[in-house]
Amino acid sequence: MEALLPLVILLPLLGSALVGLGGFLAPGFRKNESLVGLIATAMVAIPFFIIAAAFFQFDGTPIQISLFSWMQAGDLNISFSYEIDQLSLLMGMIVTGVGSLIHIYSIGYMHGDGGYYKFFGYLNLFIFAMNNLIFGDNFVVMFLGWEGVGLCSYLLIGFWYKDMPKAIAAQKAFIANRIGDFAMIIAMIMVFNLIGSLNFSDLNAAVADGSLGDNAMWISLLIFIAATGKSAQIPLFVWLPDAMAGPTPVSALIHAATMVTSGIYLVARLNPVFSASPEVMTIIVIVAALTAVVAALIAIAQNDIKKVLAYSTVSQLGFMFMALGAGAYTAAIFHVMTHAFFKACLFLGSGSVIHAMEHMHTVEDPQDIRTMGGLRKYMPATSTTFWISTLAISGIIPLAGFFSKDEILTSLFLFDESAFSIYKIVWFVATLTAVLTAVYMTRLTMLTFEGKERFPDTKHPHESPASMTIPLWILAALAVVGGFLGLPYLIGHGEFHLLNHWLEPVITNNPAIEENASFGKEIFLILLSTLLAIGAVFFTRNLYRKHGLAADAKVKKAFGGLFRVMEGKFFLDELYNAILIKPFMSIGNRALSWFDNNIVDGAVNGSGTVVANIGESFRKLQSGLISNYLLIITTGVVAMLGYLIFG
Amino acid sequence: MDLLTPTILSYLTVSLLMFAIGTIGVMTRRNGIVVFMCIELMLNSVNLALVTFSHMWDNPAGSMLVFFVMCVAAAEAVVGLAIVISIFRNKQDIDINHVNIFKW
Amino acid sequence: MEAATTIQTVLFWTFSVLGLAGAVGLLFNRNAVYAALSLVLNFFSIAGLYLSLGAEFLAAVQILVYAGAIMVLFLFVIMLLNMQEEKGVFTFDIRRGAAFILGFAFVAEMMVVLKGFWNHEAGGEFTYGKVEPIGRALLTDYLFPFEMISIVLIAALIGAILVARRHTHQEG
Repeated sequence: MEALLPLVILLPLLGSALVGLGGFLAPGFRKNESLVGLIATAMVAIPFFIIAAAFFQFDGTPIQISLFSWMQAGDLNISFSYEIDQLSLLMGMIVTGVGSLIHIYSIGYMHGDGGYYKFFGYLNLFIFAMNNLIFGDNFVVMFLGWEGVGLCSYLLIGFWYKDMPKAIAAQKAFIANRIGDFAMIIAMIMVFNLIGSLNFSDLNAAVADGSLGDNAMWISLLIFIAATGKSAQIPLFVWLPDAMAGPTPVSALIHAATMVTSGIYLVARLNPVFSASPEVMTIIVIVAALTAVVAALIAIAQNDIKKVLAYSTVSQLGFMFMALGAGAYTAAIFHVMTHAFFKACLFLGSGSVIHAMEHMHTVEDPQDIRTMGGLRKYMPATSTTFWISTLAISGIIPLAGFFSKDEILTSLFLFDESAFSIYKIVWFVATLTAVLTAVYMTRLTMLTFEGKERFPDTKHPHESPASMTIPLWILAALAVVGGFLGLPYLIGHGEFHLLNHWLEPVITNNPAIEENASFGKEIFLILLSTLLAIGAVFFTRNLYRKHGLAADAKVKKAFGGLFRVMEGKFFLDELYNAILIKPFMSIGNRALSWFDNNIVDGAVNGSGTVVANIGESFRKLQSGLISNYLLIITTGVVAMLGYLIFG
Repeated sequence: MDLLTPTILSYLTVSLLMFAIGTIGVMTRRNGIVVFMCIELMLNSVNLALVTFSHMWDNPAGSMLVFFVMCVAAAEAVVGLAIVISIFRNKQDIDINHVNIFKW
Repeated sequence: MEAATTIQTVLFWTFSVLGLAGAVGLLFNRNAVYAALSLVLNFFSIAGLYLSLGAEFLAAVQILVYAGAIMVLFLFVIMLLNMQEEKGVFTFDIRRGAAFILGFAFVAEMMVVLKGFWNHEAGGEFTYGKVEPIGRALLTDYLFPFEMISIVLIAALIGAILVARRHTHQEG
């Protein structure tokens, strides 16, 4: 079994090279879509089965796999080594599992696209990078994956790069991520400087024996800043909604299920460092709560199906970070998993809808939910799975989202005993966000699939092919049963929280949460979130069933002045534009042009002139006579020998 | 008599002298073909040194290298003479001091 | 390593004197044909030196390849081209002086480098002089370079044909 594990890393890379380069070099192969899709899918599915086998055979001791030594300089010794433990196995299963389904889905979705082979090449490359990120046992290999997924994200957002806004969206994602990556590099330098090693285990050990002191706070703060970039938190989340410019399977895989959760994974991986710095934990929880509620509010006012889902993702990522901030790392990973299932399902469902709308050729914008409605009649599979996932994300018992979200809310509430603290406020905001989640998701589903048909009735949409609906069904099934991996503490005192048991060796949750727990509080919290979720879903459903699209006006009225802010996405883009981009552009334009004309050009021309003059004086040596050349060579040999003997 | 008995150094000295004569020939002669023959002489002197060392250590590497040098020398002679012929055909002359088209 | 036998001593002195004479003849003969014949003498002498070292196979190959094939090719080209005698072989100028000085300086320096070999005797058996061990080595440890040599030879052959043929259709 262990001998196969390197394949988990290598196969996606092989697939990427095979499909990408093969398609690039061989036009015949490029046209053979089924072969391209098959190879690419196999290169993700095989690693999934390997990881799954390793998962079920895992005996509790982490497996170290070292491929080769990468660089060695002084004390620095970095090797391509991977650690297979409980956390990485779980994440690996999610990534390759959801990844395989999305590969299968893409075979149908990308059918007929000119860049078919390129798409699958990038997708495989992404899986390769993501596996490096997850399984790497040191910062450098992890960072290789971290940058790799950023690169793939950039390539895939800008997949249709001939469309200018899409190319710009890709750049925006790349630059926003770069800010976070910079913090990551500083964190890595600090870690190496302090403990002389870049291994995660060494860092965790250094925190455990207290040799890190206050520096743990700075390291964890920097890593959190890095995570705000990749995992789309305030202030760097603006790239994620724009990233929806990419093909929908990409949104599902990269910008919902896997890449954006890598920040959460990293924090969980380094949980001792974070647990040792409560100040940073407070910052995390505040930022996350703000992100969650702001994104949820924006989502209510959006009309683009993918934009709603994008803001929903930002909001759910906020939930995960709130859990991290409360020290409930298991809850965060649990939500990563359930979110991967239902959000991937939602995105793929939206892709199915867009696919159908595009093929009618009668609507201007195939992503605008105002021109949809009544699609359930034409797309039964898509609408059923979409509904299941909507209910799951809204936290309806007993679907997956209920369990993970409830665990997060419980952790926040039980963080301390006082009636009024930062964590209690955050808990309140989180509960509010949960209600908002139910509202915007129900609105989205109602407007898309129910009510009157608002598109021209000259043509009607068709259900997508089986290669697209089968992944939908699988993901919807997972969204139903996924939650049972983590039954609440209430039932059998955590005895049935399988995930918690599984992750116990690598993750130490905040013990205060369990200590503060009592039967009364827990039952109160469960009942509260259940009632709120069901109430919100029913209220919204009834509102939109009665009024259809006109219900939006009522919502607008209810929110009053706030709605304009929500519609304008809290004007964050405009703010960044005014305070960052414009000043930088003008400084760049003026200062740089002076610098360029005088210093750079001067240096370039000057060095050119100097070289030309030197060359002019030396060219006389080129007599063209080989005897002269040999004479010079022999002189050199005799001189060097003389130096070696007598010098 | 003892001084007359050849040692490894004796062979190396002969090889060295031949190499030096070859080098001087390449530097002084003007006839392209003779220059070429001087290069062959240099190659042969090196071969002699290699065989001497091979003999000294009773090791095949030196002899093998000599074998390959001979093959490469044959190949080089063929190509070199072809170049000489084509130069002669163009200039009616193979004085290498007149073949200086690579001059600045 | 044991001291050289009398036969070896005789062979060495005979062929080293002849070989150096051939080399000097190459250096100072103004007629290319004589220069080539001097070189043939040198090649035969080197074959003799190989024999004195016990390298029988290489001595045979030396005569076959160098004296037999390469020098015939040289003479053939010399006669084909029908060139004049080279002038100024014995004249003196700065460049020629420098060449001789450098040559002797090189010899002197290398003698310093090699002086430690004086104590190494040059007699005794030489296993790899015979055909069988050489053939065994060529087709086992040195198989890859041996095969590569065939590529070098064929490339040289094609290159020579390409370089030397008349370019009649090139112009125009």
